[in-house]
Amino acid sequence: METAFTPWQSLGGGVLIGTASVLLMLAVGRIMGATGILAGIFAPASVADMSWRLALLLGMLTGPAVYWLATGGMPEIAVPVSMPMLLIGGFIVGVGVTYGSGCTSGHGVCGMARLSPRSIAATITFMIATGLTVFVVRHVIGG
Amino acid sequence: MHLIVLFLIGVIFGTGIVVSGMANPAKVINFFDVAGTWDPSLIFVMGGALIVTAVGYRIVFGRGRPIFEGKFSLPTARNLDARLIGGSAVFGIGWGISGFCPGGALPALGTGRIDVIAFVAAMLAGIFAAKYLQSLSRARAQAAQ
Repeated sequence: METAFTPWQSLGGGVLIGTASVLLMLAVGRIMGATGILAGIFAPASVADMSWRLALLLGMLTGPAVYWLATGGMPEIAVPVSMPMLLIGGFIVGVGVTYGSGCTSGHGVCGMARLSPRSIAATITFMIATGLTVFVVRHVIGG
Repeated sequence: MHLIVLFLIGVIFGTGIVVSGMANPAKVINFFDVAGTWDPSLIFVMGGALIVTAVGYRIVFGRGRPIFEGKFSLPTARNLDARLIGGSAVFGIGWGISGFCPGGALPALGTGRIDVIAFVAAMLAGIFAAKYLQSLSRARAQAAQ
């Protein structure tokens, strides 16, 4: 399934993601990592720790609504994957980000921006693993 | 006040994810499908986010401390161990299969789509399973001492 090349829109979205990461560091001194923020909600260090995570997560959920207010349409979300594969993939993602201590936002953006050797190694690893997986699913199994 | 600021930071992040295409698995998988229907858009997401964060962090760290907390809470681990590399490889396999990463899926939950809810539920199951296994191995290591 083809998707349109959207360099300006994607750059603008990336600038917003970066802006939020910088503001989170400025406000509470934390890495904007989706994995850590989500996992911390279920094992909070304190009530205050729980509340900033929930406030941030609730804000994130408004993303599609803000997009709709700004453009009048819902964002395009096309899932070219069957429900069983989505569930298997989701479980594998959960295990991987827990052992890997982070994901695209935490390692790929925040950690890389700090030039953290662990984040650089993690990002290179998951980018290669994702590329190989897509190749196998689309061109070896699917081909 | 504090929580309103955090909510607004979440709004900026969620909007950025949705605008960028990171919440759209078709676009994410196409980014990695260099041999097929390649869509290089997401390199611009990474580029934009990295430049803003790298410059912004320098300014923020120059202040010495965050606004609402006494100090920065930065990861302190330095070692490149098998757990980091293995976990990241496993994450990549799941990302390639599903097209969703955690930061892409959480804002997409706001659409109320059943497939996004299913993905996040499965991801949470994976997180809990891994945390349980980690606590078992910690307990074993303690017992061995």
